[in-house]
Amino acid sequence: MYARWVLTALLAWPLLAGLAVLLVPARLAKYVALIASVIEFAISVPLWWTFAPAGGMQFVTDQPWIAAWGIHFTVGLDGISLFLVLLTTFLMPLSILGSWSYITKRETGFYTLLLVLTTGMIGVFVALDLFLFYVMWEVMLIPMYFIIGVWGGDNRLYAAIKFFIYTFFGSLLMLVAILVLYLHAGQATGVYSFSYAHLLSQVASLGSTAWWLFGAFFLAFAIKVPMFPLHTWLPDAHVEAPTAGSVILAAILLKMGTYGFLRFALPFFPAVALNQNVQLVIVILSLIGIIYGGLVAMVQPDFKKLIAYSSVAHLGFVMLGIWALTLQSVQGALLIMINHGISTGALFFLAGMIYERRHTRLIEAYGGIARVVPLFAAILTIVSLSSIALPGTNGFVGEFLVLLGSFRTYPIATALATTGVIVAAAYLLTALQRVIYNPLQNPENEKLPDLTPRELVVLIPLLVCILWVGIYPKPFLQRMEPAARALIEQMKPSAAPTAGQP
Amino acid sequence: MRLDPAIYRDLLLSLLPELVLTGWALVLLLFVAWRHRTARDLRIAGWLTLLALLSTAVATWWLWWNRAGVQGVVTMIAADDFRWVADWVFLGAAALTVLISFAYLQREQLLVPEYYVLLIFGTLGMMVMAAGADLMVIFLGLELMSVAVYVLAGIDRRRARSAEAALKYFLLGAFASGFLLYGIALVYGATGSTNLGLIGTQVGLMGRPSVMLLAGLALLIVGFAFKIAAVPFHMWAPDVYDGSPTPVTAFMATGVKAAAFAALFRVLNQAFAPVAAWHDILWWLAAVTMIGGNLFALGQRSLKRMLAYSSVAHAGYLLVAVTAGGAAGTSAFLVYVIAYTLMSLGAFAVLTAKGRAGESEVMIDDLAGLASQRPWLAFALAVCMLSLLGFPGTAGFIGKWYILIAATSAGKNTLAAILVITSVVSAGYYLPVIMAMYMKPQPVEHAHVDATLDRWGRAAVAVVVVGLLLFGVWPNRLFDLARSAGNSVQPAATTAANPP
Repeated sequence: MYARWVLTALLAWPLLAGLAVLLVPARLAKYVALIASVIEFAISVPLWWTFAPAGGMQFVTDQPWIAAWGIHFTVGLDGISLFLVLLTTFLMPLSILGSWSYITKRETGFYTLLLVLTTGMIGVFVALDLFLFYVMWEVMLIPMYFIIGVWGGDNRLYAAIKFFIYTFFGSLLMLVAILVLYLHAGQATGVYSFSYAHLLSQVASLGSTAWWLFGAFFLAFAIKVPMFPLHTWLPDAHVEAPTAGSVILAAILLKMGTYGFLRFALPFFPAVALNQNVQLVIVILSLIGIIYGGLVAMVQPDFKKLIAYSSVAHLGFVMLGIWALTLQSVQGALLIMINHGISTGALFFLAGMIYERRHTRLIEAYGGIARVVPLFAAILTIVSLSSIALPGTNGFVGEFLVLLGSFRTYPIATALATTGVIVAAAYLLTALQRVIYNPLQNPENEKLPDLTPRELVVLIPLLVCILWVGIYPKPFLQRMEPAARALIEQMKPSAAPTAGQP
Repeated sequence: MRLDPAIYRDLLLSLLPELVLTGWALVLLLFVAWRHRTARDLRIAGWLTLLALLSTAVATWWLWWNRAGVQGVVTMIAADDFRWVADWVFLGAAALTVLISFAYLQREQLLVPEYYVLLIFGTLGMMVMAAGADLMVIFLGLELMSVAVYVLAGIDRRRARSAEAALKYFLLGAFASGFLLYGIALVYGATGSTNLGLIGTQVGLMGRPSVMLLAGLALLIVGFAFKIAAVPFHMWAPDVYDGSPTPVTAFMATGVKAAAFAALFRVLNQAFAPVAAWHDILWWLAAVTMIGGNLFALGQRSLKRMLAYSSVAHAGYLLVAVTAGGAAGTSAFLVYVIAYTLMSLGAFAVLTAKGRAGESEVMIDDLAGLASQRPWLAFALAVCMLSLLGFPGTAGFIGKWYILIAATSAGKNTLAAILVITSVVSAGYYLPVIMAMYMKPQPVEHAHVDATLDRWGRAAVAVVVVGLLLFGVWPNRLFDLARSAGNSVQPAATTAANPP
């Protein structure tokens, strides 16, 4: 029973809750939103147990929607999307709790948009109909646009429109590509349908059109990831967005791009994706992302901007792992997608919390605050170490798997990417030192209050995840493996991947 | 129900909606001859107009329900689903215009009940255009519509801008009519007929089209391009839209445009289907209109002028549907034109709430902070803007999607790509409206106190918003209607080919 309604419920519940938020008085909005998001998480938790790792697509629901075009409401989960859905439902209550005192104006609107955004994000990860996927992909754009534009920082209008136009441009080209695929499959079989499986079965006969279509999908996803040189919207959006916006943007929205590669761009166009030159270009761009992102992060005076550029570097690892196409590297990429959501999410929460106290994000404004706010300092240290990929934290497992897996395919690129790990240590440890160690010189920092219980409630679940994935990643890897293996087999039917875990 | 135009009764039946509307127009004309002084008279005239539009819609519905048709016979009047659906679009646009006119006319002291009579005659002209199966009938409808709208544009005779708009529209409109008429003459010379079906047969027999025919076709297209404000024949549109009273602008941007497109569809599909040349001409016209309209709109500061240029851009999108041609293109056109009518009228309706004395002074930045004071008004305008942008969840997206399907299945991939890229450009002028309303603070305290609609204006906006969201999520019934209408206007040979 649960399997039949769970995904529909996950999509419908936030919308209903959003409506409820609109109806209650503004001062109750956050309470209603918090309760709703906790319920949403509770609905999603049994997915973890009921999911059968080897079962392929599960929890599938299929209902006709717009019959004239063969559009169905089709949703389902596999080992790739399971964790992204859980990550979304896990982070939403935390984001709402993290906005508790940060958002002071127009609360009704803010929490309604957060809930609508939840539906959009989950919809992207579970849609198995390309029309539905496209609609969800766009639907999450508007709430984010408003969250940045209405509740953001000083330069929010610029950041909001830049975010919107970049994403919109990419996605509209993808729309045309989806249409061409649809017509191609329709003309070949006489069945006009946007179903993922149906379109996938007809892509072999695309011929040279595949190049154009891959290009369109690539652009849409690469903007979202974001890959160098399409990343310029990210620092603006991250910095200007309110805490919850930054967290969701980094933790979930960026993953839509990499998810898109795994789910659509690679399986649909294996011939193009496996082409040597394409691979070369993408691997080089990922490398530039890793190293350039790290180097630019090093010189950022603004803490949030530093985290934003570190995202560019982390996502570079994900892209490298995906494109190396070995079992370890793909699993590693999937794991980094989750880890980055947890660690960078936590970093943005921490940045937001200290911003609420001092109203500045400049690193140089702090220094020596470890004595004043010991709890904050301790948690920031742990989270930073996890972001640097220290062994024992989640970051290590993911990056290690990616580097290990990619080394077989791209030894030189992997060797270069490893320097990215060192760069990460350089910028994050320096920043850490400048913020919480060093002598305490600024008198304004002497009276900072430490973390409140509410803030601890936000951070502790994240810390637990950091350690859990770092120490015992098996439950995660186990659930990902069949999906990763299936993807690789689909891409390279001849060379089945060698089995075995590292 | 098969109508035989040789029988007098059937002929009248096939013209039933037009006759009903004409009857009402005469009644209303008599009414305003006696009662034209007070605001109350004006309101009664408005109500009578709504009644007239409603009863005409019912007459149209009755014919549609009984599947009235005269296909297969050479007639001057077509009776097919395309005509009924187009009629509903015109009647709906006129009805929404009436709803937003109540408060507007009173506020601007335009106590001229003839306004409503002209509105009815304009609508009648549109219906005749959509019904015409003969170039002469189409021309007749076009003139009836145009003359009524010329007067409507200048109805605010105390304002120079309005007079300028009317004069400009009249002069250029007359010019366009000349082109059209000359085109009809040349086509007649080449084929010996003005009937669309007979021209189609002649053209089919001709093999290679003669130069005279091509020249006639080109002039016809130029004439229509003027009416739909396609680039480079759009020069009049911004000034005329800007200068006219806003409800009239809304009517022009939706009804007039839809009527010209409906006639263009019928002419090209029924008379010139075998001529390949028009595909190329319209391809370029569509491309240039989309690019031009969107780029010009980017530079506008005034909300009304921005909407005027945006309506040029949307003419470009509709032209893509024409270029795609066939049943799919026609269905796509109908779906899009319904969505466009709703969203455009909605935007103009909100503009009447904000504006005073012509509205051309309302800058986009003047909307700053509207959302905090008038949340519903801001929400409605935001939905209209998103729909105009073609955002999923709104009817504008469904319409654009349909056009894209029609275009790609007709092999016009480049045109489809231009459409989506120009849509991205359009985000550059639709989004600032939303940004101003939601993300900028009010310039002064209580800046939007007087930005209100009366209850009928609110009703119109509510209809628009509900319609846009409903069709955006559940367009199935709309599609059924559009598909049957799209198939009905095709020459018999190509009827079968309406892929999804």
